[in-house]
Amino acid sequence: MRAARVTFSGVLCHDAGMGFDQYHEPPEELPDGTRTFARLCASLTEEAEAIGWYEQRLAVEPEREARAIMRDAQGEEFKHFSMNLEFLLRRTPLWREIAQGILFQEGDIVEHGEESEEEATEGAAERGSAVHGSTSLGIGSLRGAE
Amino acid sequence: MNHLLREHAPITDRGWAVIDEEARGRLTPALAARKLVDFAGPYGWEHSATNLGRARVLADAPAEGVTAEQRRVLALAELYVPFSLARSELRDVDRGAEDADLGALDEAARRIATAENRAVFHGWRDGGITGIAEASVHDAIPLGEDCERYPRHVARAVQALLSAGVGGPYGLALGPEVYTHVLETTEHGGYPLFDHLREIIGGPLVWAPGVQGAVVLSQRGGDFLLEVGEDLSVGYDRHDAGAVELYLLESFTFRVATNDAAVALT
Repeated sequence: MRAARVTFSGVLCHDAGMGFDQYHEPPEELPDGTRTFARLCASLTEEAEAIGWYEQRLAVEPEREARAIMRDAQGEEFKHFSMNLEFLLRRTPLWREIAQGILFQEGDIVEHGEESEEEATEGAAERGSAVHGSTSLGIGSLRGAE
Repeated sequence: MNHLLREHAPITDRGWAVIDEEARGRLTPALAARKLVDFAGPYGWEHSATNLGRARVLADAPAEGVTAEQRRVLALAELYVPFSLARSELRDVDRGAEDADLGALDEAARRIATAENRAVFHGWRDGGITGIAEASVHDAIPLGEDCERYPRHVARAVQALLSAGVGGPYGLALGPEVYTHVLETTEHGGYPLFDHLREIIGGPLVWAPGVQGAVVLSQRGGDFLLEVGEDLSVGYDRHDAGAVELYLLESFTFRVATNDAAVALT
């Protein structure tokens, strides 16, 4: 079940008694960066849902002026989704690297995805990737590295 | 934006990538403690203390007939090493230069790695940390001047650990001077001392800037715990027309859970 939903006016509505379910671990145990990351992931999902809802309404709405308003509103959701995505990619170098191999590329999407994931994860493993949502150097434990 | 204020720095994404990569490359070989002790975290910048599971009795209670105790915690300490990079060098990085002068960063990395190692192995009173060597109940074993006798001393340390019921494998942290002696030495018959020592301990043999002499310690786990809040990070302080002032930062604490699981060699 969802704690929040986006209305077509873009206002977040929290269902009574169901707040903050974007966290799967106790929020008080999560660092600030991870909480922000989780909020933006939830926001990204909501924007994608809103885009889908507008798409459905546009498909059935016969009135031209109403369709124009909905088309305009859907454009807002495209912007929100893109801003959320860009924020998350900036905070997650590995995600960004994989996305760069897939987004805005011509050709087979699945093929690009497999290749991009393989190259990015191998590179990340070699250089030691940073913790999600953190701007630390991602060094952590060096057990096994003599 | 978080407390590191990286977004305020006049540094491009490429510049930050080069700085972070250089820092990782310089820190990783020198962070000896992280190669030999248990690691917990990173728990983030807001993490301030470790629960020790202990309490001390307070002499005074707020009311008569009441006894009081206070929980003991181990507060995390912060290490901070400032350094300065020339903006002209960072512009060259953006142009694709691969030989930019990041010497100040390299020196800062060396300092903070040395400080972490020293705190873990020899303690840091103001930081509330008791080091592995000073916590050990075993008598320290003198290394002496003769490198060819090192295997005998290390074997004695291993024997002491076995006698105390501390199983292997064991690790060996070598201060830079001792490490160099070990690398340079071949025993009678041409057998490298490095390989001989590794066979005795059965675990990693690590170059450890900040360590005096050497330390043999158990690698079975659960004996030594390095707990990190903010893991090593590069942050931004200020800049002017000529230079950007940055810093390396970490917050951590360390505790010895078993005081007979290591032997110092001095």
